[in-house]
Amino acid sequence: MVPELEDITDVLQEYRSSAETVKEILLSNLVTFGEVPAPTFGERRRVEEVQHVFIDSGLQNCSIDDLDNGMAILPGAQGERNLLLIAHADTMFSEKVDHTISLQPDRAVGPGVADNSLGLAVLATLPQLLEAANIRIKDNLILLTPTRGLDKGNLEGLRFFLKHNRLPISAGICVEGAQLGRLSFSCIGMLRGEIVCSVPEEYDWTKFGATNAIVSLNEVINRILEVSLPTRPRTKIVLGRIEGGTSVNSVPTEARLQFEIRSESARIIESVSREIDAIITETASHSGAQIHWAVFARRRPTGIPFSHPLVRATTRIMESLNVTPRIAPSTSELSTVLGHHIPAVTVGITRVERLNRADEAALIEPVFTGLAQLLAILKAIDDGLCHEKR
Amino acid sequence: MMDSAMKKGDWLKNNTYHHSDFPTVAELAEEKRKQGLSISLCIPSLNEENTIGKEIVLLRSELMIRHKLLDELAVIDSGSSDSTREVARSFGADVYKSSEILPKEGEMKGKGENLWKAIYQLEGDIILYLDADIKNIHPKFAYGLLAPLILRPEIKYVKAFYERPLIMSGSVRPSGGGRVTEILVRPLFSLFFPQLTAFLQPLSGEYAVRREVLEQISFPVGYGVETSHLIDVLQLFGLEAFAQVDLDQRVHRNQATRDLGKMAFGILQTFLKRLKKHDMIAELPETGAVLRQFQSQGTEHRQVEHDIPVTERPPMLEVEAYRKKFK
Repeated sequence: MVPELEDITDVLQEYRSSAETVKEILLSNLVTFGEVPAPTFGERRRVEEVQHVFIDSGLQNCSIDDLDNGMAILPGAQGERNLLLIAHADTMFSEKVDHTISLQPDRAVGPGVADNSLGLAVLATLPQLLEAANIRIKDNLILLTPTRGLDKGNLEGLRFFLKHNRLPISAGICVEGAQLGRLSFSCIGMLRGEIVCSVPEEYDWTKFGATNAIVSLNEVINRILEVSLPTRPRTKIVLGRIEGGTSVNSVPTEARLQFEIRSESARIIESVSREIDAIITETASHSGAQIHWAVFARRRPTGIPFSHPLVRATTRIMESLNVTPRIAPSTSELSTVLGHHIPAVTVGITRVERLNRADEAALIEPVFTGLAQLLAILKAIDDGLCHEKR
Repeated sequence: MMDSAMKKGDWLKNNTYHHSDFPTVAELAEEKRKQGLSISLCIPSLNEENTIGKEIVLLRSELMIRHKLLDELAVIDSGSSDSTREVARSFGADVYKSSEILPKEGEMKGKGENLWKAIYQLEGDIILYLDADIKNIHPKFAYGLLAPLILRPEIKYVKAFYERPLIMSGSVRPSGGGRVTEILVRPLFSLFFPQLTAFLQPLSGEYAVRREVLEQISFPVGYGVETSHLIDVLQLFGLEAFAQVDLDQRVHRNQATRDLGKMAFGILQTFLKRLKKHDMIAELPETGAVLRQFQSQGTEHRQVEHDIPVTERPPMLEVEAYRKKFK
């Protein structure tokens, strides 16, 4: 009998009920991982915690590579194909932040609890979840917890893994704690850079005008804001983080700006970055300040079409669960996976409040819908319902 | 004296563990199954809604669902005014109000009361007590304390100790107890029960005990329950019945010095009672139960009186309802 998507959407409520039976294990994994700080470039301890659970669940090939990416394989019944499930291991919170997680009947609260401790917990609970739902997957599942994804990490962990991986991968799912309904299947192009303005520590009459790094950086910002951006292809410049100076009564000798150019067109990104380069050269020449800039992350626009069977199946599964798909392009792990010509989507697991704040709250009840959604997508891929006809 | 010191040294060497010294949880659970043992976990609580959910989820998932080390997980609550009981219930714990257990015996307020009533309410051959305010809860808190009881039949009472993350000096780890331990309990033990000075943290609130021991000892309702247990179990079963386990760090609320004063007062009363009971001291004058502390505002100093009576519950074996249920 040829499997059909209806066979899966018809049993979604059963998947959801099965997911409820692993609630304790999931929450336990969530707390165990989430209480270990994992800032970008400092994820090792958290990855080790996840590995302990992978090993305890009897997974195969449990290992940590040179860039601290964790991986494990849940062998399929036939093992002819390999599906990649990814939950990034790093968070945007430093070691110094109190990572205590509090569990209330309806929510888990703590820094990074949803982004992405919940994603990690879902991967670690997958063996029990599949067993509870009585799903025997034919394909091998590669569970990957890559590092160095955020901030200046530039997805180094995942790039490293995909560069050295020898297993052919037929499809991928990126699992994010937030938000249920999220559906990404394309990635906009992106360039992240940092501009550093510095002036001499001692007032130097030969560098007349170069007296204040913040003032010089301000001039650069004003000029960037004047850059004309097209509405099609959609393009945006995000001035994300700024820092400079040491105290209210000291002349600042250094100021930094981190920014991101996002566009559906790689060509536009290149042209905007050339404009920024020109602005910096010009401002430096007349202000006397030293101004440098460097790119620390870059993505090319990529994606699979809305008509791709994986996207269509995912959309139908979400709608069958009464979850409205919120389609948004991604700049995270998905772009690297798609860049390797692996069809993939990013989905969210639950509703989240105060995302990326120290009191981030992941709601518990919607998690079971998110898990049913994940099981269904996995099953659809495994049943061959998400592959393009050649 | 020499003999006692020797014994204590041997005990320290043979009966002091680190939680990593033991086999895996799966192996411990298998050994427990072979022995036909049942184990109950009791979490005494009073207004712990922020920490109790996490504690229950972590212990239940690892030690009841993933491995069958615990047979029962119960919260015995002293009448919390916050949502402690609702939170605990929602994460699958059996929740009891202390006042509703053995109602004929009446109701007293204090952690010791909950621990005592747990002996009647819970079914296990071993009862593990863990406080509800452990911020860094981990399954090791449970299996670390249970392992010596599962692996060594002669051990009857296992107590936790922790690293105290204060100032480190070279390779020497700061060890020992908190302020009340070092200033009050250790000096008293040194004078009267030198064997008990082998405990690194005699006041730690986490321990696992065999029912045959728990039912034979009395329970101070408020402060002093840990001190009285050590003295009474030492008298009944000797030092060899004890073990202590290093559980690394325990993060919890820090107590104000004023509150530690009340604790020290309660412990001292319990201690003096024990000296009398074991004929180690001659008649003591009537002491009352009022602790006086100062409260100062500017140049005004006001004395505040705290009534801290030390009431004790008798050994459970003396309670008829208990004998009917278990004997």
